[in-house]
Amino acid sequence: MLSIKDLKASVEGKQILNGLNLEVKPGEVHAIMGPNGSGKSTLASVLAGREEYEVEGGTVNFLGKDLLDMSPEDRARAGMFLAFQYPVEIPGVSNANFLKTAVNEVRKSRGLAPYDSKEFLKIMKEKMALVEMDKAMTQRSVNEGFSGGEKKRNEIFQMAMLEPTLAILDETDSGLDIDALRIVSNGVNALRDGNRSFIVITHYQRLLDYIVPDFVHVLYKGRIVKSGTKDLALELEEKGYDWIKEEVAVGA
Amino acid sequence: MSEDLKILDEVTNSEYKYGFVSNIESDNAPKGLDESTVRFISAKKNEPEWLLEWRLKSFRHWLTLEEPTWANVHYPKIDFQDIIYYSAPKKKPSLNSLDELDPEIKATFDKLGISLIEQQRLAGVAVDAVIDSVSVKTTFRETLGELGIIFCSFSEAVHDHPDLIKKYLGSVVPHTDNYYAALNSAVFSDGSFCYIPKGVRCPMELSTYFRINSAGTGQFERTLIIAEEGSFVSYLEGCTAPMRDENQLHAAIVEIISHTDATVKYSTVQNWYPGDKNGKGGIYNFVTKRGICMGDRAKISWTQVETGSAITWKYPSVILKGDYSVGEFYSVAVTNNMQQADTGTKMIHLGKKTKSIIISKGISCGKSQNSYRGLVRIGKKAEHARNFSQCDSLLIGDKCGAHTFPYIEVGNKTAKVEHEATTSKVGEDQIFYCNQRGISTEDAVNLIVNGYCKEVFNQLPMEFAVEAQKLLAISLEGSVG
Amino acid sequence: MSTITKYQTASTAFVQEAEVFADLYGKAHPTLTAIRKQAMVAFSNRGIPTMKHEEWKYVNLTSIAQTDYRTASPADSQKLSKSDAEQYRFAGKDAILCVIENGKLNVAASTMTGIPAGVRIGSIDDFSSDAAVMSHLFTHASFEEEAMVALNTMLCYSPIIIKVDAKVKCDTVIQLIFATVPGADPLLIPARVLVVAEEQSEFTVVESYHTLGAGALTFNNVVSEVVVGKAARVHYSKIQVEGDEAQHINYHKVNMARDSYQHLTTLTLGGAIVRNNLNIRLDDEQVNAYLNGLYVLNQKQVIDNHTLVDHAMPNCYSNELYKGIIGDQAQGVFNGKIWVREDAQKTNAYQSNKNLLLSNQASMNTKPQLEIYADDVKCSHGATTGQLDDEALFYLRARGIGETVARSLLNHAFAADVIEQVENETLRESLMQLLDVKLSALQIEA
Repeated sequence: MLSIKDLKASVEGKQILNGLNLEVKPGEVHAIMGPNGSGKSTLASVLAGREEYEVEGGTVNFLGKDLLDMSPEDRARAGMFLAFQYPVEIPGVSNANFLKTAVNEVRKSRGLAPYDSKEFLKIMKEKMALVEMDKAMTQRSVNEGFSGGEKKRNEIFQMAMLEPTLAILDETDSGLDIDALRIVSNGVNALRDGNRSFIVITHYQRLLDYIVPDFVHVLYKGRIVKSGTKDLALELEEKGYDWIKEEVAVGA
Repeated sequence: MSEDLKILDEVTNSEYKYGFVSNIESDNAPKGLDESTVRFISAKKNEPEWLLEWRLKSFRHWLTLEEPTWANVHYPKIDFQDIIYYSAPKKKPSLNSLDELDPEIKATFDKLGISLIEQQRLAGVAVDAVIDSVSVKTTFRETLGELGIIFCSFSEAVHDHPDLIKKYLGSVVPHTDNYYAALNSAVFSDGSFCYIPKGVRCPMELSTYFRINSAGTGQFERTLIIAEEGSFVSYLEGCTAPMRDENQLHAAIVEIISHTDATVKYSTVQNWYPGDKNGKGGIYNFVTKRGICMGDRAKISWTQVETGSAITWKYPSVILKGDYSVGEFYSVAVTNNMQQADTGTKMIHLGKKTKSIIISKGISCGKSQNSYRGLVRIGKKAEHARNFSQCDSLLIGDKCGAHTFPYIEVGNKTAKVEHEATTSKVGEDQIFYCNQRGISTEDAVNLIVNGYCKEVFNQLPMEFAVEAQKLLAISLEGSVG
Repeated sequence: MSTITKYQTASTAFVQEAEVFADLYGKAHPTLTAIRKQAMVAFSNRGIPTMKHEEWKYVNLTSIAQTDYRTASPADSQKLSKSDAEQYRFAGKDAILCVIENGKLNVAASTMTGIPAGVRIGSIDDFSSDAAVMSHLFTHASFEEEAMVALNTMLCYSPIIIKVDAKVKCDTVIQLIFATVPGADPLLIPARVLVVAEEQSEFTVVESYHTLGAGALTFNNVVSEVVVGKAARVHYSKIQVEGDEAQHINYHKVNMARDSYQHLTTLTLGGAIVRNNLNIRLDDEQVNAYLNGLYVLNQKQVIDNHTLVDHAMPNCYSNELYKGIIGDQAQGVFNGKIWVREDAQKTNAYQSNKNLLLSNQASMNTKPQLEIYADDVKCSHGATTGQLDDEALFYLRARGIGETVARSLLNHAFAADVIEQVENETLRESLMQLLDVKLSALQIEA
């Protein structure tokens, strides 16, 4: 489904990704961990198509198409979803209006008829229950005045609405208390259906207790330096990242 | 004892501590202004013909201009015929060492707290001191000379480096710029000249002290700073004047040229005599300061602490011509009693990705009026230019005024310009909190105001920051009832 | 010599003409004739402001100064009918529509039925016996200080007056439809409004400006005076949707008494040159004033919003929000002053001006000002000019929304913010529609 080969990318002239490789197959959950500054969020941004990030080399194939050649909206329409680490506040645009526009644009690109208001409301209600979201939140402006937890819940809610093929969660657990973490994780787990894939970017093993990954990768200096199962995450939790750094140093 | 309190302690009894008169014999021009005055000054300074012509051109232009009235300041009409335009200490200083300095002048510096020797030894600051109209002593010249840095009085530069003067004089502030710039261009007496060659980082702060001493004298100095490609210089300017009953005019010009990759930092602590509590006397400070970032990535940073003068009219500005060039303006302006200040900056963005920042802190006490006036202009070609301005005003007492007049002109859609301004008073809850901890109200106000100004003080070199804090405390004196 | 310069030079012939003018329309009101004569003197002294004048530095009135206008006259025939007016009905079927065609009330085109008890709407002649109302006429907007007020004062012949009695709450919206019908010659239209809100009254007034048909240039020179009595609440909207050639300068003066409230929204979408001068005086304690504006410009439109919030007394609150979207070669100006006088302690005054530039030929000049003479105050202003937030745009695109749609969504959200604060729902929806029509006409460049 997603095939990243030798991806190199920079931001403001500084190279962050240095030849990253990753294969994601349908239904898989990949966790990406790594110390601060290792390039985790850069990866998410490059995949979603943020313009400040310059791709210097490599390829990314998504469902048979050259992802790097696509605009951000086309990537989304093709089924890629990024849950932002810092969801932006958009004053004046209501959550409901925003989502209806997005959902119908995505449907249009898939050759589906747009939802009318009634259908849309029904689906929205359904999905809101997934993340225990209050109805009032849909009438508020996108993320405006939301608490950290509300913003992250809103991201998962949008994911449920847009039904992506591949979802990238960029440090969705940062700043969440234990209840919010549980709600967000339940939402994610409910969307695991054997076909939908996930890339879960996180700093802490804690999240992986809730969202159990098939693979865990360690990102360091812009490359994946170690891959394993969820046990690797436990090992990292226990020993930190220094031993990985040493391994890399020895290997080099 | 904390640094802040120490300073407060030091100043509790002082009013205007720089208000002494030095008994230096001076050599004056006759009062009044016409072409012969201009010729007199030029002759006194033994100037070349081209400079005299330039002065006369400026003088003739000045005659066609009217005094500006747009500033938010009010004062009786100035009688330009009642001013002495040239006043020099009689003993011509042409000294080899500080020992040869007129003892009175030396004592003056000591009283100013700028003992040249001390400065030389301790701070490593090169000083050019200008009393009334002429530059009397430049220190550290040899050390600087080894690096190719020229730091001398303006008159010397006219004789020793005429090509540089010819090339740059009036290039940033043309003689036609405004009323006081035209006047200065006609009658300027002396000032400082500074040239930093390509790639040189000036190893010490360069400093000029200006002092008006003689009665009835106007001071019209010019400063010209040229920073060649990739160079760096930090320049300090201090100003004082004795207490006198009449108003004295100070109309200076500063021109800065910052070439590609060069940085010029210009800091001013202005403490001209502000007049007494009833508004009698004090300096009219009508100054034109402007720099141009000629080349790419050039930077000019103005920092000013304005506590003195009866009237301040001053807008240190930056023309951001080179792409990626940077302009900064950090200002603290304090007015007390009957002082009036109308000060701010102009940031003219011409180049691509140019950036400017304006941080202005106004503090009004007594019956004073304090205005921020600033212009941010984004030209049609200034793609992706950025400006951020923050102008805060603090009011202490209910008889003063604080005003903000920003002009924001944006002609390019990719620009991002943000301006914020607030006006408030020192919070009673803040004062109460201090009181509760045993701090008197006056000290509390000082502490709070110092904190309020910190962002600007942080831009000043160490010694200046301390001096600025002292001046602030003096200026605030008696502001809390 | 153009008409206005002729007025300014005040040749003997013109003075005679103007005296006849004053005589003609003010016969029953000799005191007004005296005021008109003073205004004439004031105008000839001041003249048309030029860009050298600090308050006019960003707007060029040459085109107004040089046009040879004919001043609209009460003798002009009126063409509009009720059906013409209906298309401008913005506040529901119950609203009172009062049509002012080329400066003069057109009763035939107006729908003035259903005016509640305690509300009176009419021309100067309808109020000539009401001394209280007459005492307000021509007295609030200062013709001594403003040349264009002087011009209006000396020429206007048919002030429209609205008076709402004490304690009357009027739910029916009063809409004044200022319809400009261009003719063969350039036309100067001196329109004037006086609104008197007595103690504890509450109502909504809409002024809307339209151009019907094509013809020579038109110049609307408007003065509105609004007197808000003790604890009265006035909701006011000014909607400017005139034609592409229209010139419009208006003064809006509000005087607010103790405990009163006013909410004023100015929406500018049409016109070639529009200059709005708003002067809100908070004349007593515990006053709340809201002042909002929205301008969406394209082509070569020029808008200059000049606002003054004058805090004369303590313990008042004011809040001002102006937003603009400027495309093509249009020019926007915002000059807003908060003035806190010496006695106005405990003032809370806020002002914000935000602008989006959509094209590189567009420009915006902003001058927010604080002039503060009291110390125990909280005042702030903020101004921004730039483009849509890149982060927000990316967020929308990352959710599958195309760039053009994303931009128009964000433009709408940016602008709608102002309109959403209009209290009357029907009116709010009408304004939203007008906004969307205008937004869809803007060139949205990536």
